[in-house]
Amino acid sequence: MPALPLGEAGKYVAAAYLVVFTLVIVYVAIMAMKLQRIERELEALGELADKRRPR
Amino acid sequence: MYGKGLRPLSIASAAALGTALGLIFFYAPLDADQGFIQKIFYVHVPLAIVALCGFMAAGIMGIRYLRSGDRSWDMRSYVAIHLSIVLAVGVLITGAIWAKASWGHWWVWDEPTLVSFLIIFLLYCCYQPLRFSIEDPERQARYAAVFSIVAGAFVPLNFVAVRLAQAFSHPRVLSTTGGNMPGSMRLTFLVSLLAIALLYITLWKLELTSKNATMQLKRLRRRLELELDEQHVAAGAPAPPVGTVPAQPVGD
Repeated sequence: MPALPLGEAGKYVAAAYLVVFTLVIVYVAIMAMKLQRIERELEALGELADKRRPR
Repeated sequence: MYGKGLRPLSIASAAALGTALGLIFFYAPLDADQGFIQKIFYVHVPLAIVALCGFMAAGIMGIRYLRSGDRSWDMRSYVAIHLSIVLAVGVLITGAIWAKASWGHWWVWDEPTLVSFLIIFLLYCCYQPLRFSIEDPERQARYAAVFSIVAGAFVPLNFVAVRLAQAFSHPRVLSTTGGNMPGSMRLTFLVSLLAIALLYITLWKLELTSKNATMQLKRLRRRLELELDEQHVAAGAPAPPVGTVPAQPVGD
């Protein structure tokens, strides 16, 4: 096939780069949610530690 | 433990990705044959190389787990496969977009490079269902390690088989006879490869750090709950069953 004109090819190139960008963003967003869960768990652990009798 | 060096690695990844994008769109010349669409090459091929190397690295980590019995190697192997699958999804989608623009089809079934990559991807898609179908953690780690080693060995064998096969449409970019890229294209490709590799390592370390922190927290929580139970018993009060201490703070 002959090379696509720049305007037509640009859509495909943009789509390809957008896919990779989206994959990375989704991955990082999932990691951020996990981090939030860890933070909540840490708060709960802090509460538990406060209930402990000092030795 | 796993988070060590994460900050400089993240900065290096961001810098490498920025440099790679700059080189791709402002430095590398347009391909004489394909024109602007060839720019997909700089993301598609590095993603494929890093994903396949990640699968093989996971196999090596599986060997290390079986040799040492150290569960951290199993976790490293698991995260490497998980991340490589994400990258492989990127390879398949960017490849399909490039194929549609260049050949007029989203997928070509008689092309060995495409089909072999799909086979490897589907093979690794079985990893997680296999792993989580086993309840015993020791057996789970052992079977997962064996899978990662066997599948990891399949990756280079598959690569060689594809190289020996007759190519129909997919170019042989990094062979000795084909893909004579000019210096500017080669440099751009190498920087892109480095950027994707750094991104992979950064995300791998990030997920390992997160998983390790979650496990440590669980262990600590169990210990604290046991200590609280012991205090209840020593004080003569009936101890609440383990695991019933509220997870969220409650008002006194």
